[in-house]
Amino acid sequence: MLMTIAGLVQPDSGEVWIDGRLATYAPAHKRDIGMVFQNYALFPHLTVFENIAFPLRMRGVREATIRHEVARVLELVQLPEVGGRLPRALSGGQQQRIALARCIVYRPSIVLMDEPLGALDKKLRDQMKLELKRLHTELGITVLYVTHDQEEAMIMSDRICLLNNARIEQIGSPADLYFRPRSVFAADFIGESNLLDARVAGIDGKDVTLNAAAGTLLRARFDGDCNARPGDAVKLMVRPEMLSVLEDGVSADNVLNASLTDIILVGGVTKTYARLADGTLIAATGLTRWPLCGLEKDASIRLGWAKESGVVLPREGPAV
Amino acid sequence: MTTATGTDPRTLHGAWMQRCSAWTRSWPMVPILVFLLAAFAFPVVQLLWLSLFGKTGSPTLEHYQRLVTVPVYFTVLRNTFEIAGWTTLLCIVGGYPIAYFLATTTDNARNRLILWVLLPFWTSFLVRTFAWIVLLGRRGAINNILESVGLTEAPLALLFNMTGVMIGMVHALMPLAVLTMLSVMETIDRKLMPAAFTLGARGGQAFWRIYFPLSLPGVAAAGLLVFITSLGFFITPALLGSPRQTMITQVVIQQVEEMLNYPFAGAIAIALLATALFVFYLYDRALGMTTLAGGGTQSQRGAHERGLVARGFGAVGAILTAMLGWATDGIAIVWEMLARGSVERAPRVSGRLALRLAVVVLLIFLAAPSFFIVPVSFTTDAFIEWPPKWGSLKWYVAILEHPTWITAITRSLIVGVLTATLAMCLGTPAAFFLARTGFFGKIAAMGFILTPLILPRIIIAVALFYFYARLGLIGSSLGLILGHTVLALPYVVITIMAVLKNYDQSLDRAAASLGASPPRVLWHITVPLIRSGLIAAFLFAFVTSFDELTIALFVSAGVATTLPKQMWDDAILKVSPTLAAVSTLMLLFVTVIILAAEFFQRRTARRD
Repeated sequence: MLMTIAGLVQPDSGEVWIDGRLATYAPAHKRDIGMVFQNYALFPHLTVFENIAFPLRMRGVREATIRHEVARVLELVQLPEVGGRLPRALSGGQQQRIALARCIVYRPSIVLMDEPLGALDKKLRDQMKLELKRLHTELGITVLYVTHDQEEAMIMSDRICLLNNARIEQIGSPADLYFRPRSVFAADFIGESNLLDARVAGIDGKDVTLNAAAGTLLRARFDGDCNARPGDAVKLMVRPEMLSVLEDGVSADNVLNASLTDIILVGGVTKTYARLADGTLIAATGLTRWPLCGLEKDASIRLGWAKESGVVLPREGPAV
Repeated sequence: MTTATGTDPRTLHGAWMQRCSAWTRSWPMVPILVFLLAAFAFPVVQLLWLSLFGKTGSPTLEHYQRLVTVPVYFTVLRNTFEIAGWTTLLCIVGGYPIAYFLATTTDNARNRLILWVLLPFWTSFLVRTFAWIVLLGRRGAINNILESVGLTEAPLALLFNMTGVMIGMVHALMPLAVLTMLSVMETIDRKLMPAAFTLGARGGQAFWRIYFPLSLPGVAAAGLLVFITSLGFFITPALLGSPRQTMITQVVIQQVEEMLNYPFAGAIAIALLATALFVFYLYDRALGMTTLAGGGTQSQRGAHERGLVARGFGAVGAILTAMLGWATDGIAIVWEMLARGSVERAPRVSGRLALRLAVVVLLIFLAAPSFFIVPVSFTTDAFIEWPPKWGSLKWYVAILEHPTWITAITRSLIVGVLTATLAMCLGTPAAFFLARTGFFGKIAAMGFILTPLILPRIIIAVALFYFYARLGLIGSSLGLILGHTVLALPYVVITIMAVLKNYDQSLDRAAASLGASPPRVLWHITVPLIRSGLIAAFLFAFVTSFDELTIALFVSAGVATTLPKQMWDDAILKVSPTLAAVSTLMLLFVTVIILAAEFFQRRTARRD
């Protein structure tokens, strides 16, 4: 997909529009795009300066302007001293920044990034994420960023386009994708989720009643349009942090009885794993509190959540 | 070595043990190095030494003087350099598109197309030269076609002149150029050209400014190998040229065979060697030796550490490539205006199409000629002519009935198998050691093992001849085997090292951790996994020997005649259809072996 937008691969069908112009078959060099490759694709025989100057030379920019512009972007990526070096004399993170500098120096209308942090180690990756976000805000350019790392996507994006098998699964803000996924794939891919098998029992406006496989009646709400009809098989998604272990006497919109299998102290949060009567594993995440609850394994607990926190999803295919 | 120095004797002992074990651990290198020193380095040095002494045994430079002052030899030297220079240039210009295409196409296409380079690479120079006689002769295929189409009235003189020699030489050496350039191009990141496109470069700029400079080490390495190999050529100029295209190696052969003038032959060999070393020196100064072994395009030196000359060349090069880029793009722009592309329609990729067409033409030039031998071998005529009069097996019968051919074939097979066996025994341990251990002098050892590949063969041949003459090995199969092993060793070591490079050593460690002893690890894990590579190495070594003429020419001495030697002797007298028949058999045989070797090599590669 990125290659099609960049003009490096020709699409079998469909059209590409960039900045209001049809560009489906326009050659790459006429598209006014910038691209950061996974392995940076810095030209190994050219110095950092020449690498960054390359797109300007291709556009016939005057030598003095080139010098000025290259210095400007090197300043921007906070590597003003490295112009005379060859790319291989730089660390991975530095190469990454040079690749970015090379691609923003000519102010393209869109910058494409193909897993640009894939080759870096975890710590550097975390640093670069924030760095890229800062540059993005500072420059105010559009960035199309491809990644397999959902956390990266959540941190950096204004809008996420979730692809599954080369098809668009969902487009929306990080919050949209997290709280209102439209398919099981989206719900499962981003963050942790509990997916409960259920059957639609009744619909009343925005409110739905579901017959859970566990035998309990559950309630949930629809946000958008509702195509589901009573009797349809669906999945109910609830994020672990929306679930809470209910103390005696406390009630909630939905309550499930389960037997405790494990409590794990992760640090700031504590994860509670329990098994429902039908064997489904369910997870609840809560902030860690002292003293820790003293429940034994196999203890019977009640899990509850508000009806607004549940999302009804079709078993497969597009959202209901 | 006493405690008086204040050193604890135990640490001293420890250090000594360590050094000792470092020596014992390098045992795999010992056989191959001893062999090469005895059967290669010593004879060559001896020959060179010999060239410094006159008839009376006193030191003199008279042989070198003669080489430079006698006009005939000077002319031959000039001829040799001229022919080698043009051959190099044409091989690179023609080979570059093939290598570029192979390096940038899909893996599948490359695997299929590279066979058309490898087959001629391994096909005997003799067979390919005979093929050009069939094609280029006054009554050859090309003249026949030109006349029947009506393009020419009288046959063109394509043979026994410079044209014939150039066609033959370029055809003979272009595969070497392609394979050398390819090994460097394969290390160039495929994403660089797309990156240049997204940064606003057209095809021409992207190619000339980015790809071409990065591929230059490959071009230089190819030029070096082709130039040095062509310096030592004699088959092509002897069979396709006239006396005016005599090359220096022919003079060496003549000096040894007819005049028995070893010192002068040695002097010529020295001159050749000196030229080769000088060219190597220039190459090393410019690019570093590592690229020769396909070590990649990135020299270890930084941009600022390069000398003034290199930087000067760099600046000129940058301007030149930029200009070439604009020129290419100019053509592309004109073409685009004519073809009128649009953003709504998929454009025809004319550049790639032109490249593809050029590659097809060049591959046909490389692979097709050999097959013209086949129909001629079935002719009823007593001479080679196109189109041949079909329908007779009498030339094949003639081979079978003639004992010299049968003994020659038998000897070639035996010598080939024994050479390959010996080369494997010596080369395999060394390859393991070189691939898996870093040690002081590794590059030197590697270079030494590869020298027979790079040195003009005629030097080795004459040196061995003189050496063997004193040992009584002339005219013996043993002499042939030893000589051929020297030539086959580089191929064996390179092939096995390539296989081991892809071999995951943690498999061995896993086996060892599961309780296997080192020999059992080798036998149950390593060998089965690289078996195909070993077979390929064996077959390459066999073909090297089976095809070898230069050493056989001297060492066999008309007694222990091999097949190529017999073919050469026949060809010198008269190029008859018998040769076409022998060539056909040889072509068939070598093709089968190379396809088998390729098959085995790829099977290993696939398993990774």
